[in-house]
Amino acid sequence: MAEFEPIIVAFCCHYCAYGAADLAGSMRLEYPTNIRIIRLPCTGKVTPVFLLRAFEKGADGVYVAGCLEGDCHFIQGNLVAKPRVNYTKKLIQEVGLEPERLEMFNMSAAMGPRFAEVAREFTERIKVLGPSPLNKKYGHASNRAA
Amino acid sequence: MVIGERKPFDEITRMLEGHKKIVVLGCGGCVTVCLTGGHDEVRVLSSQLRMARDKAGDPIEIIEKTVERQCDPEYIEEVNDIVPHIDAVLSMACGAGVQFMAERYTNTPVYPALNTTFVGGSIKEGYYVEKCQTCGECKLYYTAGICPIARCSKSLLNGPCGGSTKGACEIDPQVDCAWQLIIDRLKSLNQMDRYEDIIAVNDWRTNRDGGPRKMVREDFQR
Repeated sequence: MAEFEPIIVAFCCHYCAYGAADLAGSMRLEYPTNIRIIRLPCTGKVTPVFLLRAFEKGADGVYVAGCLEGDCHFIQGNLVAKPRVNYTKKLIQEVGLEPERLEMFNMSAAMGPRFAEVAREFTERIKVLGPSPLNKKYGHASNRAA
Repeated sequence: MVIGERKPFDEITRMLEGHKKIVVLGCGGCVTVCLTGGHDEVRVLSSQLRMARDKAGDPIEIIEKTVERQCDPEYIEEVNDIVPHIDAVLSMACGAGVQFMAERYTNTPVYPALNTTFVGGSIKEGYYVEKCQTCGECKLYYTAGICPIARCSKSLLNGPCGGSTKGACEIDPQVDCAWQLIIDRLKSLNQMDRYEDIIAVNDWRTNRDGGPRKMVREDFQR
């Protein structure tokens, strides 16, 4: 089997992490190509359903990146997202996935290097955990079914 | 409203063993408001179930649906076209909704996804407390709007017991003594004379002890 390249979905706030990703690009910073960014108006938009659907469709890891605490453009959207991410960790644990496959990060739009660092660190974390059992390409479930 | 709590995930998956196609049916009533059995919770539970079954190599097909209320015959008719083609219904309604579904759809198993816990309300978002035990004989006139049946651990009717300590109940210091609350409020309303009225021994026949209850509005009967 080819080396495992995880699929990682990053739900990024328009006002911070998405800008940070843009800045990382402008700064020519390298970060893994495993990250698939979904732009949100605010991380307060995230619900457990979004995160679960990503895992269900085979994502090996999912993270939510919102503004620094106290700096939310919509005052407290990132503080709404945080407990939802923690709650969803329990939901994926019930299913048998490692809670470490899901995380919340905070950064500002000026933190391009931090965006690249988070992308690298999270990709490494997921590589260590291995493929999600629901990953259609590498996952155990599809291998068994095949 | 009726408050429900989702059953442990393992218990739900055990109920569904052997079933290949189900409907997870939400209810738009109380359990939507208390965030346990509405449209969003249907989607969450369905995702979890599909993932768990995929992981086990035993996929399950799930139809996600939420009706206005499951405790009303006209709304559960909406799944009339779905139910004959599935193995089981997993209802996210309270116990009443589950039973309405089971009585309407006699040939399909209907399972509960929730434990129906109590009648209460939310003191803040996502935080629910019990307020009424549906005893069928409301005493709130005498007790300053605070129910001694539901909120006194012993359901005492004429004042606190010896376990009332600094406003808390002896079962748990986090639980308010209902009678302390009642007396404080009667005093502030200047209605302490009502505390002098002896409330007679409770007639529990109006509660569940008299068997299943019903309420009929004659003018609506045709």
